[in-house]
Amino acid sequence: MKEKMIEQYQELLTSYLKDKQEDQLYAAQQMSKWMLEQKIPPEEMVTIHAEAVKRQMPDLPENVRLSFNLLIEMMIGYGIALREHENLLNRQRELEYEIEVAVGMQQTLLPDSPPAVKDLEVGVISVPANRMSGDYYNFVNHGGGSLGVALSDIIGKGIPAALCMSMIKYAMDQMDHPLGPSETLRRLNTVVERNVDPSMFITMVYGVYDSEEHIFRYAAAGHEPGIFHRAKAQTFEDMTTRGLVLGVAKDISYEEYSLTLAPGDAIILFSDGVTEARIDGQFLGRERFKELVKPHLQLPAQQAVEAIYQDLFEKANYDLKDDQTILLIRRKS
Amino acid sequence: MNVSIEEQTRTDQATTLVVSGEVDAFTAPQLKEKLMPLCKENHEVCLDLSQVEYMDSTGLGVLIGAFKQLRSQGGRLILKGMSPRLKRLMQITGLTEIMDIEDGA
Repeated sequence: MKEKMIEQYQELLTSYLKDKQEDQLYAAQQMSKWMLEQKIPPEEMVTIHAEAVKRQMPDLPENVRLSFNLLIEMMIGYGIALREHENLLNRQRELEYEIEVAVGMQQTLLPDSPPAVKDLEVGVISVPANRMSGDYYNFVNHGGGSLGVALSDIIGKGIPAALCMSMIKYAMDQMDHPLGPSETLRRLNTVVERNVDPSMFITMVYGVYDSEEHIFRYAAAGHEPGIFHRAKAQTFEDMTTRGLVLGVAKDISYEEYSLTLAPGDAIILFSDGVTEARIDGQFLGRERFKELVKPHLQLPAQQAVEAIYQDLFEKANYDLKDDQTILLIRRKS
Repeated sequence: MNVSIEEQTRTDQATTLVVSGEVDAFTAPQLKEKLMPLCKENHEVCLDLSQVEYMDSTGLGVLIGAFKQLRSQGGRLILKGMSPRLKRLMQITGLTEIMDIEDGA
């Protein structure tokens, strides 16, 4: 193998020394690529060059011949750097693959589509800023035409947030029967408080829509309050929420609130990435978010949340730094 | 985006830190590094946040970590000089109810 390389290289050297043409230099570039593919390190390349030169010029001065030994030594460091670079590339590919798997796993933590509930329309969109999200939402079937909705924002982003998300999901799944908003949050707080790093916390709003009475009962743990749209008056109201974020203190109780929905009324819950989106250097804020939501409310729930997100994404100049989740539930008219 | 943290007063028991700049996911680790050892050594740590231009939830996480550390030792974390925006963030997260917050810098 090596002998063949020396012969090929010598051939190229001979023709270049004779004609001194551009295309021979180009051929050398091609050969260099091939040598790299064959994993020939730089010091080996110098050895090949030295050997070819010796064969080409048998009466090469001894000093020039010896100088190649020095060059070979000099090249060893470059060879090591090249191998390190290759190892890093391989490591990066492995990590990339692991993240890909984690992204796929995270997707399975989110429900596929909201369950159908009589007289209720549900739409949800959740878009991570990077590849893994710190936002989480869930639907819980409370039976008897009642639907539980959860929207949660886990501090930070990326892998730690994703791991926390799985804890929330499994804690919710573990509840043997659906519980009311306050009790759900109280139990989740206990789980989070016991299991997370001291500087980690989670915000959540949990609400249950009763489609018999058309009442939405909810409680919040430090989560940005949602907005309530009254269809008849075409007005927005801020939802009241008070309650400590999950994971900070033990034995916390969460106050429950309720809203009665008339036909066409909608509740919009969202993560703080939405109101903290920067538009022309300013935070979007709640008031501008309401203005942004308004024109899209005549659309069906799922299309509405998608249109709201798209509008926000455009206004933020296609650059949203935080995860964005918008959940809309509406009593059918 | 930068944050700077300066020690203002230091007695045997209490230390005041003046935080300025932006506290976000990139700078929060610097605040944590400076703050946590102080919380372990002191009974009372006061954070002057009047020079903070922006703080996100990662910054809030650092404050919670410090709060928990001091509480476990029977100590106290005092926050002062918060901007209206930061106060609102503390209100939404319910932290106003459990943390010591003082007006003015």
